[in-house]
Amino acid sequence: MRQTEPVIFELSRPGRSARSQQPAAAQVNIPESLKRRQPPRLPEVSELQAVRHYTRLSQLNFSIDTNFYPLGSCTMKYNPKVCNSLAMLPEFLARHPLAPESTGQGFLSCMYELQGMLEAVTGMKAVSLTPMAGAQGEFAGVAMIRAYHRARGDLQRDEIIVPEAAHGTNPATATMCGMKVREIPCGEDGDVDVAALEAALGPRTAGIMLTNPSTLGVFERRIRDIAAKVHAAGGLLYYDGANLNAILGKVRPGDMGFDVIHMNLHKTFSTPHGGGGPGSGAVGVSERLRPFLPVPVVGRDGGRYRWLDERDLPQTIGRLSGFMGNAGVLLRAYVYMRILGREGMREVAEYSTLNANYLLARLRAIGYEPAYPGRRASHEFIITLQRQAREQGVTAMDFAKRLLDHGYHAPTTYFPLLVPECLLIEPTETEAREELDGFIAAMASLLEEASREPEKLKGAPWTTPVRRLDDVRAARQLDLTWQASPAA
Amino acid sequence: MSQVPADLRYTRSHEWVRQLPDGSVEVGITDHAQAALGDLVFVEVPEGGRTVGSGDAFAVVESVKAASDVYAPIAGEVISGNDALATRPELINEEPYGQGYIARLRPGSAAEIEGLLDAAQYTAHLASEA
Repeated sequence: MRQTEPVIFELSRPGRSARSQQPAAAQVNIPESLKRRQPPRLPEVSELQAVRHYTRLSQLNFSIDTNFYPLGSCTMKYNPKVCNSLAMLPEFLARHPLAPESTGQGFLSCMYELQGMLEAVTGMKAVSLTPMAGAQGEFAGVAMIRAYHRARGDLQRDEIIVPEAAHGTNPATATMCGMKVREIPCGEDGDVDVAALEAALGPRTAGIMLTNPSTLGVFERRIRDIAAKVHAAGGLLYYDGANLNAILGKVRPGDMGFDVIHMNLHKTFSTPHGGGGPGSGAVGVSERLRPFLPVPVVGRDGGRYRWLDERDLPQTIGRLSGFMGNAGVLLRAYVYMRILGREGMREVAEYSTLNANYLLARLRAIGYEPAYPGRRASHEFIITLQRQAREQGVTAMDFAKRLLDHGYHAPTTYFPLLVPECLLIEPTETEAREELDGFIAAMASLLEEASREPEKLKGAPWTTPVRRLDDVRAARQLDLTWQASPAA
Repeated sequence: MSQVPADLRYTRSHEWVRQLPDGSVEVGITDHAQAALGDLVFVEVPEGGRTVGSGDAFAVVESVKAASDVYAPIAGEVISGNDALATRPELINEEPYGQGYIARLRPGSAAEIEGLLDAAQYTAHLASEA
């Protein structure tokens, strides 16, 4: 296979075109003053050249449809094709978001049922589907916590407690909502340091942001105790849904005492993930946060579905997007959940944790060091390459890059920050045993190379379209424009 | 081994403090911290006039690996941030104890500085973390 592909402008020759690529004749009268004076600089290629160019680019892509993608904390599971097919039905595709409710009862009923299924599986009392991505879901969650305290006249609560094993985005979310972040440590076993939590709680506590299982890949065992302490201090509990896959159908955040949760439908509920989205960060709340949900939400009056807006929820934190989130993404999640059903949800959690524990046990047996050797993995786990870095001079990044040569996407590297030289590995439930065994064999060969031929790791990747990139220079001197050299 | 100059004070979270003759202090992150972060690509320094409490996140350092808060080692008022870091974040990698300092502060109390780790204690702290 060809390993590189020029920029399409390099293929361009003056006058080369195809009828299929020419714009339809202008249908409107654009005033002379608004017309551009020079034609835009578009590439001029034949139809076949355009087809080949984009087909080749697509072949250079790495995707879940082509390879194993054990990217921890990201839940890169397979997206069943049927979810896509049903969401692409012309009746859904052609529906205008501002079409009257009377002509969209089918779509609205899907959204209403999706809200209900998410409530049932998380144990929350109400759900809003409007946040467009995980970050916006987090923002909505903390904004609701803030609105709740303000509505009660409790204006001094401006601190959000964030354990160091929380999801990496949580401190940013709290800051975006105008809160002060108070970080608390975790103990040796990965659980929250309860004494530090007690010391941090007080009249300024607005809430705490947690994910369970935590970013350390272990289940927070004292969650009920933590919830009781935070509530007693007047704070609320925020659940980051990053790791929901591990507990689906087994334990519910609502039952653990959480007041608000955001769910990444593009992780747990298998909508497409990566490439910048579109994502979906639906939020679920306990009874006391229900009045503050972002609008619109789908409601049901008698047998009719309708949008609930500011008139129905006067205390809402407001609107987060032009309309109501990414409808096509929500439909895919709806189909996924309907196909799985209650039993299937539970199996997602069981097989994702089984796959993670299988990988962990096998990698440990061949010589990899788990970060939390005393703990069972949740749906993901951490290994540390601290020893290899110290003794052989090969880092977690070298291991990650070498995996690319074996056709595997690298696991998450250097996250969580707590564990030095770490790889965070999440196989998900959709990988077959043979695929996991292939990954284990590749990891075994990496260990072998680390001791015999470390330069194989340090120089990797060797077989990818581009070799190791200078990411420091890319960050310091970012330049995303391409221009033809004058000679061309 | 990372450098730990004898004339500075340190925190467990890898910041350093240098007392200047006029009573103000320079603060930065240690050689160990910059090595652990790797090549820095972005630094946010505090603005002059800002009051910080001991342990407050008052600057941000970002490498290709991670973004981390830098905590004020002592309480005080920021005299000035090191603006050179905006265009040359690599100064922290090259000279963590020199041109790569993060800010100058006017300390709230001199006693608080005395409570920080000395070079020997910080070296022992590094050994215990390894």
